[in-house]
Amino acid sequence: MASLGRPVVSVRTLRSGVLGAPMIGYLAYVGRRLAQFVLVVFIGINLAYVITHASPIDPVEQSISAVTSYGNTAPEAIEQMRTSLRELYGLGGSPVAQYLVFWKRILGVDFGPSMSAFPTPVSTLIGRALPWTAGLLVVSTIVAWGLGSLLGGLAGYYRNSRGLKLMGVIAMGLHPIPYYILALVLLIVFGFIWPVLPISGGSAMNLPQTLTFDFVISVLQHAILPALSLILIGVGSWFLGMRALVSNVVTEDYVVYAELAGVRPWRVLSSYVMRNALPPQLTGLAISLGGIFNGAVITEKVFGYPGVGSLLVDAVYAGDYGLVLGVTTVSILGVSIGVLVIDLLYPLLDPRIKVS
Amino acid sequence: MAAILRDLLRYNAEFRIGAALISVVLLLSVLASFSPYPPQDVYVVPPDVPPSLTYWFGTTSRGQDVFWQLTFAIRNTLLFGCTVALISRLLALVVGLVSGYKGGWIDRVLMSVNDTFIVIPLLPILVLFYFVMRDRMSWLLLALIMACLGWAYDARLIRAVAMSLKAREFTQSSLFSGMSTREILVQEHLPYVMPIVFSTTMNNMVWSIGLEVTLAVLGFTDINTPTIGGMIYWANQHTAMVAGVWWWIAFPTIAVIMTFIGLFLLAVSMNDYIDPRSRLRSFGEVS
Repeated sequence: MASLGRPVVSVRTLRSGVLGAPMIGYLAYVGRRLAQFVLVVFIGINLAYVITHASPIDPVEQSISAVTSYGNTAPEAIEQMRTSLRELYGLGGSPVAQYLVFWKRILGVDFGPSMSAFPTPVSTLIGRALPWTAGLLVVSTIVAWGLGSLLGGLAGYYRNSRGLKLMGVIAMGLHPIPYYILALVLLIVFGFIWPVLPISGGSAMNLPQTLTFDFVISVLQHAILPALSLILIGVGSWFLGMRALVSNVVTEDYVVYAELAGVRPWRVLSSYVMRNALPPQLTGLAISLGGIFNGAVITEKVFGYPGVGSLLVDAVYAGDYGLVLGVTTVSILGVSIGVLVIDLLYPLLDPRIKVS
Repeated sequence: MAAILRDLLRYNAEFRIGAALISVVLLLSVLASFSPYPPQDVYVVPPDVPPSLTYWFGTTSRGQDVFWQLTFAIRNTLLFGCTVALISRLLALVVGLVSGYKGGWIDRVLMSVNDTFIVIPLLPILVLFYFVMRDRMSWLLLALIMACLGWAYDARLIRAVAMSLKAREFTQSSLFSGMSTREILVQEHLPYVMPIVFSTTMNNMVWSIGLEVTLAVLGFTDINTPTIGGMIYWANQHTAMVAGVWWWIAFPTIAVIMTFIGLFLLAVSMNDYIDPRSRLRSFGEVS
């Protein structure tokens, strides 16, 4: 088989011209992923449209009743407000026209001014909150995934290690706990029982938000607890997943053969076992990204972190229709982009994608 | 069935712990029927009494007995999880079986939609849903919409099994003996995917109860029906932690963690049992 390998490849390269077969395979893969990305965004936005437009409650009337409940307003003024709000929310005209206006706004990233922080545009508010959430999510997801996969791989390979077994029990106990509960427990432990870490906000209030040493340190300090609650739960599930994958790979013939042939244990672990167990873990990461985002929303609210999660919850309390819709849309977009990035990285780990 | 349970109890520590935890939770939820107070009444007992012999888990600042309130909360929360699981199982079964058996473009279309539902962040959508429904949000409505959003991952698992079943000989024989697609799927394939359906039920309940607790804690559900999340919501509203009424938050939290770990361990042990490789490892040649 090995002696036949070279001629086969060269014939393939000849047939497919300048672009090698692997390259074409990769492009086809990228095309499929992009199509899936467009579909996710399309269905997500349509869900948001259906929910907002099929509901029996009119957001315009709701906003008006919120405003008028504070005092007397002239009927003419209410009527004027009604017309302008209808226009603002894109609720005038036929259903088809409303649907088109909805898409036009989303593609133009224009959700109108925020009602609760009038007259700041919704997009500005989201733009301000997005870096906090993105930073928190990216760092904690990478740490949780990397650490969980590494420890889980070790636990699957060295099945008799006491410490790793204990870690498995802890992971199993931590992993099914909802984000909110764990965040609450951390808040109680580090906020009331042993108050050593800041439990609220994104940075110290008295610091200007510029790139100074003090500010960076303060941001990191404030991020510890929110990140920890995301990481603790994440590590558990990646640990369990990787351990299961590795304990299946370990029994494969090629691993047994490599061990018998005297390949160094570390090399067996890294290139024979871990490498082959990682692609499913990466798929798992892409699949669970939406769930991790849900967790981030909650964690942010619990710790008063100034990200889109807090923005979303506060917008609901304030009855700010444009802001809720804006955050929902942006989060659907953000998560789909994250999934797309992971999907495009996938062939780096699993070379088979390029050929198939 | 009895033999399977016996084997699980004897050889699987995870199943034993999970079953014990779930039994305690179930017992509590059954006790709800014997509660001396209706669930929605407030100020029926002196407020803010710490746990004692009269009030085992203490009383809330709203004058409710935490123990009896908790029994209602667990019952409603479990009922919610079961409802979501039941409806979403039906959806997952239909999509998974049809997609796996039919293949071709039907499979491609269904799986594209399926993958979309897997990755979409559901919490913002549910929050948006609450935002437009407000006071009309009931727990049944929430269960319905969560079932409509939460079937996708399990449909993929069922599809994988259905695809392997399609290649088996008995599918061909049923086809040639003139059975319709519906008959083949319901009579021939359904029994083979039932074990997966059972084990995913537990995971689905963990998922839906987790989301319900999250939404309730933020006040984004029908907060007048007592659920675990609802209890924590009211405790937060009365700043129970700061006021030192820790038992109001501690007991619901412990109850929900027990439910989660219990359900999760049951799912894990069931998966162990379904997978022949791990079954051989942990159960030996008995089963």
